[in-house]
Amino acid sequence: MKLTGAQIVCESLAREGVEVMFGFPGGTLLPFYDTLRHYPQLRHILVRHEQGAAHAADGYARATGRPGLCCATSGPGATNLVTGIANAYLDSSPVIAMTGQVARPFIGKDAFQEIDITGITLPITKHNYIALSAADLARIFKEAFYIATTGRLGTVLIDIPRDVFIEEAEFHYPVKVDLPGYKPILRGHPAQIRKAAQLIDRAKCPVIISGRGVIISGAHQEIRELAEKAQIPVITTLLGTSSFPENHMLSLGMLGMHGLAYANMAVTHADLVIAIGMRFDDRATGIVSGFAPKASIIHIDIDPAEIGKNVRVDVPIVGDVKHVLRELNKQVTNQTHVGWIQQLEQWRQEHPSIDIRGGEELLPQYVIRSICEVTNSDATIVTGVGQHQMWSAQHFCYKKPNSFISSGGLGTMGFELPAAIGVKVGRPEETVWCVAGDGGIQMTIQELATMVQERLAIKIAIMNNGYLGMVRQWQELFYGRRYVATPLMGPDFLKIADAYGISALRVKKRSEVIPAIQRAMEHDGPFLIDFMVEPEESVYPMVPPGATLAQVIECPKRKAAVPSTSGTVSNI
Amino acid sequence: MTQPKHTIVALVADRPGVLNRVASLFRRRGFNIESIAVGRTEMKGVSRMTIVVSGDTATVEQVRKQLDKVIDVIKLSDITDEDRVDRELALIKVKTTPQNRSEIMQIVDIFRANIVDVAAESVTVEVTGDEDKISSLLNLLRDFGIKEVARTGRLAMTRGTVPT
Ligand SMILES: Cc1ncc(C[n+]2csc(CCOP(=O)(O)OP(=O)(O)O)c2C)c(N)n1
Repeated sequence: MKLTGAQIVCESLAREGVEVMFGFPGGTLLPFYDTLRHYPQLRHILVRHEQGAAHAADGYARATGRPGLCCATSGPGATNLVTGIANAYLDSSPVIAMTGQVARPFIGKDAFQEIDITGITLPITKHNYIALSAADLARIFKEAFYIATTGRLGTVLIDIPRDVFIEEAEFHYPVKVDLPGYKPILRGHPAQIRKAAQLIDRAKCPVIISGRGVIISGAHQEIRELAEKAQIPVITTLLGTSSFPENHMLSLGMLGMHGLAYANMAVTHADLVIAIGMRFDDRATGIVSGFAPKASIIHIDIDPAEIGKNVRVDVPIVGDVKHVLRELNKQVTNQTHVGWIQQLEQWRQEHPSIDIRGGEELLPQYVIRSICEVTNSDATIVTGVGQHQMWSAQHFCYKKPNSFISSGGLGTMGFELPAAIGVKVGRPEETVWCVAGDGGIQMTIQELATMVQERLAIKIAIMNNGYLGMVRQWQELFYGRRYVATPLMGPDFLKIADAYGISALRVKKRSEVIPAIQRAMEHDGPFLIDFMVEPEESVYPMVPPGATLAQVIECPKRKAAVPSTSGTVSNI
Repeated sequence: MTQPKHTIVALVADRPGVLNRVASLFRRRGFNIESIAVGRTEMKGVSRMTIVVSGDTATVEQVRKQLDKVIDVIKLSDITDEDRVDRELALIKVKTTPQNRSEIMQIVDIFRANIVDVAAESVTVEVTGDEDKISSLLNLLRDFGIKEVARTGRLAMTRGTVPT
């Protein structure tokens, strides 16, 4: 039976089990949208800007592990997707972006709303396609889903000319893909795994660095088993946050530029680093020549190109983290490492680097701790980029796997709100807190309308410091407090909330924080809290750019520090 | 310091934009392509690229790994250290006068090159061989005055029965 291109697309999405897509229509997509009417099982969420569609698809993919789908029309629609596509690509998120294109006879003529989107997205997609005939569509969709969801997950774009949506072709959805050049390696090499096990058995001061690959591969149980069996402390990267329970005895928290001082010290003094599903980003390693100077390095990653790219590796293991850890756990013997763990404990006592000041000042760190306390860690935190992101990573105690969702590789301001939409769509039963910067939220604030239209009960905490905070912090530390272009006037967020029909509160004092969060949690629907936090609060510890992890600046002493306000922040 | 040259052969799916995918990867990652030559192979739908890159071992290893990630790249081999045949083709248009024409023809003969076009004041020489041979011929012809040169870039294949 012959179907139109648009029908083939819808059928293909249905075969792939797609339930939801985020999009924004336009002329070249109209044949598709007209066909979408007949597919009620495909929920279409209309965003207010295509960047929102891509971030929402990304958030959905991160939250569910299933591919996230977004679509946009040709030209401006497609270019508006670009930031979101790049964001998903750099964090290995399986996003499929579909764009309309001008009809085939117009391609290459600078026609109205024509843009070479496959050319533009070449460096920010795992693969991309332009479908030049309806007969190719089924194969392309089959391949696209396969590529996005296997090996190192990634982003795939499919560009479809308007007349290809209308053209008719026979529809056969392929059962198998035929991509001779694409063979992801899942199982680690046995000899390498044996070598790794031997190194682990011999190590005196080992640490595990756990990255987002652990979350993607669903290896939470396996990494825990390795840590417990061989008694190895676990440090996470920013995107590895929530890959290991932070209330666990062996959790050391985050490393890197805003990592905890003792986590960075642990790496600096370790004799063995087991890097799992992480890629030695410069924000995580500091200057690489000083990274883990005493350690042998085992690197487990699904992408061979990550191995040896930034740091030298002694035992490389290419494979899916879960597979590899299963094999490794069989071979590693029980260990204790008492001396090493005591040493770390001592550093922890000497560098209580994330304790916060007492008093009535409304500290952003206190807000994050309070969200943790009120939700009892039973929430997914979605953040933007900046100080609030780092505080969210540092001060919430992540116990549930994959409960921290944030933009790491690209560091995209404005990710928070649309990504939270995707997360809430993917996990409707869960509490989702969008922790936003007053700067970042203004980049995609129009998505409040999407949230309301789709009745998504997201709780939003704006960390309103009146600055582009993280950049202000750099100006404070490295540019003599010359605050150029970082003081930021926000709108009255309560009035904004009101305009969208969202309940909201403003909080100015520490004592109001917990009651406000409780109100938000009790409220049946979306809720926004505008936290008027200390304007010039900075994120510490900090490894300055261009320094090694050993050269960490700890919090300058101001008033007496108080230990964590509650039991919510783990054993740190 | 001159970096060692590496010869990489990539078999790629003959799909639109594949050369662009490969070339833009080099540019984006800051790898230096010395030459790239592309053409069909004996297999339907498969093209062959011979890529010459310069860089230290670690860089070339990254080149290989990143190329391998391109979905349309089917097979990749670094044949730098293999026993192999290297060939380049060049067309060289040389200025001539009635006096020096026979001298030029002699040189062309010695290099087992061919004259493929003769005009009033120039001849066009076709030469194949490895890079050194072509450079030497060019050097000799330079004295007569070169009007135009076109070179293909390197093609390479391992010797014997093992396919690349
Ligand atoms: C799209 C984009 N533009 C610029 C930046 C550079 N940048 C990084 S953090 C930051 C400040 C963020 O301010 P805000 O959202 O208010 O969060 P805060 O740091 O105050 O918590 C900026 C401008 C970025 N990461 N992304």
